[in-house]
Amino acid sequence: MSEHLYKYLRPEAFPTPFCAGCGHGILMNAILRAVDELQLDFNKIVFVSGIGCGAWIPSPHFAADTLHTLHGRPIAYATGVKLFNPDLKVIVISGDGDLAAIGGNHLIHAARRNIELTVICANNSIYGMTGGQVSPTTPKYAKTMTTAKGNPEEPFDLCKLTVACGARYVSRYTVYHIKPLINSIKKAMTTKGFAFVDVVSPCPTQFGRRNKQPTLYEMFNDLKARAIRYETAKGLKKDELTGKIIIGEFNE
Amino acid sequence: MPKLINKSLLPPKKYFMQGNIACAEGALAAGCRYYAGYPITPSSETMEHLSNRLPEVNGVFIQMEDEIGSICSMIGASWAGAKAMTATSGPGFSLMLEGLGYAVMTETPCVIINVQRTGPATGQATRPGQGDIMQARWGAHGDYRIIGISPWSVQEMYDLTIESFNLAEVYRVPVILLADEVVGHLKESFIIKPEIEIFNRDSSMSDKPFGTVQDDGVPPMPIFGQGAKLLVTGSTHNEFGIRKVADPVVQDMLVKRLCAKIDNHKDKICKTESYLVDDADYLFISFGISARSSYAVIKQLRNEGIKAGLLRLKTIWPFADEIIKSAAQNCKVVFVPEMNRGQLVLEVQRVLCNKQVISIPKTQGEAIYPSEIYNESKKYIK
Amino acid sequence: MEKIKLNRKWCKGCGLCIEICPKNVYDREAKVSTKGFKEIIVKNPDLCNQCQLCELLCPDLAITIEKTKKDAKVNK
Ligand SMILES: Cc1ncc(C[n+]2csc(CCOP(=O)(O)OP(=O)(O)O)c2C)c(N)n1
Ligand code: SF4
Ligand code: SF4
Ligand code: SF4
Repeated sequence: MSEHLYKYLRPEAFPTPFCAGCGHGILMNAILRAVDELQLDFNKIVFVSGIGCGAWIPSPHFAADTLHTLHGRPIAYATGVKLFNPDLKVIVISGDGDLAAIGGNHLIHAARRNIELTVICANNSIYGMTGGQVSPTTPKYAKTMTTAKGNPEEPFDLCKLTVACGARYVSRYTVYHIKPLINSIKKAMTTKGFAFVDVVSPCPTQFGRRNKQPTLYEMFNDLKARAIRYETAKGLKKDELTGKIIIGEFNE
Repeated sequence: MPKLINKSLLPPKKYFMQGNIACAEGALAAGCRYYAGYPITPSSETMEHLSNRLPEVNGVFIQMEDEIGSICSMIGASWAGAKAMTATSGPGFSLMLEGLGYAVMTETPCVIINVQRTGPATGQATRPGQGDIMQARWGAHGDYRIIGISPWSVQEMYDLTIESFNLAEVYRVPVILLADEVVGHLKESFIIKPEIEIFNRDSSMSDKPFGTVQDDGVPPMPIFGQGAKLLVTGSTHNEFGIRKVADPVVQDMLVKRLCAKIDNHKDKICKTESYLVDDADYLFISFGISARSSYAVIKQLRNEGIKAGLLRLKTIWPFADEIIKSAAQNCKVVFVPEMNRGQLVLEVQRVLCNKQVISIPKTQGEAIYPSEIYNESKKYIK
Repeated sequence: MEKIKLNRKWCKGCGLCIEICPKNVYDREAKVSTKGFKEIIVKNPDLCNQCQLCELLCPDLAITIEKTKKDAKVNK
């Protein structure tokens, strides 16, 4: 990472606790670049996260105020911080299990209220920290610790969900699409209202190993093959989109 | 500790109000500027009242999607600098327990009003109970201390709400006001004095917001946006807030201090009231609305020439061991009337292990009547 | 001047830089280090076109590319 970004880090927290090849580190880099390019005052940002590997992205790595909360609850905590002191920029970073399973209720209501929060979902489509159990974003048929024969359930499309709830800005990128991801995070951080960025972030340890993509590079190849632009996807039928990852901005 | 004398918010005089509304006014007087809650009988009046009153004093009111969200957003607001509160009852309180533990672990000042109804589960929503005493003390997982306070009148719904905020700020701990449906919905007159005593947290900048030199100290609490680069976490952490999830020494030191900062200041925290206790042969120990019935009973017994007294616990947690021991020193029998199957009595029996301690429980979803306490106690009064 | 800085203390050896670099700049050492993997080496620094891909995608924030070429363009 460029050395001018080091000022945003607590160097004593490195190396990160993430596994080799964990996408969450790439997302960490992207978030700091967005903050830097926007020249945001790091002392006026509060990073709120839940419990999980994704929740460790800001805490303790970022040299800002960080609130590492309960599993599923960061958006509720963030709501209190933002409402009481609207001058603070409040950014939630947490996993898909955290935000969409146990914390799903807070996600939809914060989007509905359109509170000015930036919510970044570090979406590895698995429960990384607890050993690779199925999550509400695990693709159908994917193998996990608790779906050895393949996930029988349909995953959530968190972007469609938050758009339907009234979020002002919604997008999805993978960490591989790093430049548009950084731009999108910048847009989210400057949205006057609820902004949600679903970031597909590979977990080689718990997801890749079980699904024939044991390294980050192989997981990137899979993301490349499955990614499809929002505009292109619009013209396609539902079954043509099975297994695809729609990337782009979801609100028009 | 910075202590202030504030002018009361409402003009000082005699008021006639419902307990839940007096509680809301007490909160405002104490400086509460953030409320998050979810409707539940019999506590909703507090939130309804604050939904109108908070905006008038530049405060923030939000009705959250559930009680989990309520307690979490209150904790977030507290770190943003607010004196924050939520009010609920049984089922809602159950949902808040994980957040309560988080507030203990992160030493977040906040106030939770639990207007107790009957349980378990939905129980009887509109009926009073006192069955959450032990839950308030032990409900969150892990080992910790908490402050629990019990009002017996509308006056105390006002006064003790202020006291709850003061204690929360001084000790950086969640304080639970353990009211009940009777006191919450009771309407009676009470007095708002011209001035009230207010304590505010020490929010000076510090690089050690989670540790003190003393092993029972309360660290300063900088707030978000001051540039303190706070690391707030519910995981085990050292004095800087850095997670230490496998360090036995840090875990032990933190839990010990979280307990000691309450235990070692018991004499300052615990408030009780004694009525005719000094010469009492028969001592009643009670709290909340049950204490009010007990008070009628001791007066009746005194009229009969029986030396009965009442020790009323305003502070339930931490438990007033020493005060109880000295009050009960010369009495023959101790009675503990309460609206549950016998919870407070367990603590009293622990403290007074050489005495005859009689439980007078009631779980009919109504206030315990003086006649019921009288009849039961008479069986033991010779 | 050193154009590619590799922070070995932070690197966990995931190997992404080796596979993603269009110019074959990176390689591994022959022997496994005490960290349990074959450490990464910057074998052909002169081939680097400063696309920055490795810096942006390294999951351990272990790579810094100092931009010297004006026209250095970022892929992706
Ligand atoms: C109330 C509660 N239930 C369960 C857990 C255990 N737990 C810790 S992290 C986690 C899942 C994390 O998954 P996700 O949010 O997707 O983040 P990831 O680790 O995959 O980045 C769970 C279930 C917990 N901490 N709290
Ligand atoms: S388990 Fe997965 S998400 Fe967690 S650190 Fe390892 S690779 Fe990353
Ligand atoms: S991508 Fe980064 S962490 Fe992975 S091997 Fe290369 S330098 Fe090391
Ligand atoms: S900047 Fe581009 S060319 Fe240079 S080492 Fe990195 S990936 Fe290779």
